[in-house]
Amino acid sequence: MHITQGTFSYLPPLSDVQIRAQVQYCLDQDWAVSIEFTDDPHPRNAYWDMWGLPMFDVKDSAGVMNEVQACRAAKPERYIRVNGYDRRYGRQTVGLSFIVQRPKNEPGFRLERQESTDRVIRYTLHSYATDKPEGERY
Amino acid sequence: MVSKAESPPAADPGLTSGVDLGQAYRDSNIDALLDELDRELVGLKPVKTRIREIAALLLVAKLRETQGLTTDRPTLHMSFTGRPGTGKTTVAMRMAKILNHLGYVRKGHLVVATRDDLVGQYVGHTAPKTKEVIKRAMGGVLFIDEAYYLYRPENERDYGPEAIEMLLQVMENNRDDLVVVLAGYKDRMDTFFHSNPGFHSRVAHHLDFPDYETDELMGIAELMLASQHYEFDGTARRAFREYLERRMTMPHFANARSVRNAIDRAKLRQANRLVKKGGTVARGELTRIDADDIRQSRVFADDGEDSTDTPHRGGKDAV
Ligand SMILES: Nc1ncnc2c1ncn2[C@@H]1O[C@H](COP(=O)(O)OP(=O)(O)O)[C@@H](O)[C@H]1O
Ligand SMILES: [Mg+2]
Repeated sequence: MHITQGTFSYLPPLSDVQIRAQVQYCLDQDWAVSIEFTDDPHPRNAYWDMWGLPMFDVKDSAGVMNEVQACRAAKPERYIRVNGYDRRYGRQTVGLSFIVQRPKNEPGFRLERQESTDRVIRYTLHSYATDKPEGERY
Repeated sequence: MVSKAESPPAADPGLTSGVDLGQAYRDSNIDALLDELDRELVGLKPVKTRIREIAALLLVAKLRETQGLTTDRPTLHMSFTGRPGTGKTTVAMRMAKILNHLGYVRKGHLVVATRDDLVGQYVGHTAPKTKEVIKRAMGGVLFIDEAYYLYRPENERDYGPEAIEMLLQVMENNRDDLVVVLAGYKDRMDTFFHSNPGFHSRVAHHLDFPDYETDELMGIAELMLASQHYEFDGTARRAFREYLERRMTMPHFANARSVRNAIDRAKLRQANRLVKKGGTVARGELTRIDADDIRQSRVFADDGEDSTDTPHRGGKDAV
C-alpha cells in the first residue's frame, strides 16, 4: 500500500529535481529545513526520528540534498520526510512537509473494529509495520 | 549505423554568426558591480585589475558554453594573501556577488570560517563540523581565513588534515556548488601551499593584497566617515594623517581595520565632548570630528602608558 501524507499527498512521488526545487522554495522563504525518518508511518505518529538538527543558515538546496542522500543511504528501508519550518512569530509552524523515500515493501494498515457497549463499534487503524518490534520492521 | 559527422551541431544560426559580447556584458549587470567595487574600495589597483580580468574570463567562458564550444567549467577557487585589514574579506564578499551575477554560484553569499569552525577537538568531531560549514556555504563562497592553521605538521595527532581532506574533495567534486577562497599572510600561505600541493593545484587565482599607503588610508577614513555621516574638519584631517604616520610604525597595525577602530574611538570622544559641553548643539557639530578628538589618542603620548587605548594593551586592534 503506497502511503501518502503531507503537502503533496495527492501527487505521485517527487523526483529528486522536484524535491530540490521544493527545498529551495523553503530556503528562499527563510524556513528551516529538517529531515526525519521513521518505521511507523501511522498518520498520528508525530514523533519521527530526526536526521541531524534542523538546518538553519543554509542558503542553497545542494546542502540539504546531500543530507537527504546521506539519510537514504543510512536508512534505506525507512520512510523519510522533509519539513520546512516557518519560525516567524505568528506562524511558527511547519509550512511544507513531504515524503522523499518509502521502504520497498509497504504493508499498510488494517481496519480494526472494536465491539463496545450497546452495539457501539469503534474503528481504528492498525499499521502492520508495528506488529514487529521497533528496529525489526521492514 | 549512422556515423557522426565531426562538425558542430549546425542549423542554429546563432552558432555560426557569433554572439553579442556587449549584450551579454550588459545582461550580466556586472559593470555596476565592478564600478561599485572601484568606487567603494580605495586603492587595491592590482586586485581590481585581476578581478576585472577574472570577470572577463568567466563571461567569455559562459558565452563559449552557449556556443556549444566545450569548455570545462573554469576553476574558481582563489587565494587572497595580504596582511590584516587589507580588504580580503571585503573583496571576497564582492567576489561572491560578482560570481553570482555571472551565473557561477547560485546564491552569492559569503561564509567565513577559521580553523575553529572546521577542526574538532576529538576523534569524530571534525567531519561533522566541516560538513556543517560546507553545507552552509553551498551556493556561495566559503572564505577560510588564515587557512594555514589547518595544517599543523608539528602535531601529528592534529585533526586538521581531516578537514583538509574534506575541503579538497568538495573543491574537486562540488565545483558547481561552491567556491573556496583561502586567505592569510602571503609567506605563510606560500608555505601552506608548498606542503599541501592538493590545494595549490585546485586554486586558479592568486590575488595579493598590498598594504595601504598613507594617502589611501586617509581616503579610506574619509569614505568610512562619509558613509556614517561624519567628517573631519581641516585640523582633524591633519591630525589624523599624523596619527596614521605614528600608528603605522607601531605593533599590531592592521591597515584599514586600524582606521576603522581609530574612527570609532574618535566618534566616542566627539560624543563625550558634546555631552560635556551641553546646551543646544548645531547639526554641523554632530557630524564634525575635530583635531582634539584625534589627538587625545595615546598614540600621541610619548610614553604610551596606561590607557584603554594604547596599542600595547588591549586587543590586537587597540588604538
Ligand atoms: N580599500 C578599502 N577601501 C575602503 N575600506 C576598506 C578597504 N579595505 C578594507 N576596508 C575596510 O577595512 C576593514 C577591514 O577589512 P577586511 O576586509 O576585514 O580586511 P582583511 O579581511 O584583509 O583582514 C573593513 O571594515 C573594510 O570595510
Ligand atoms: Mg578578514
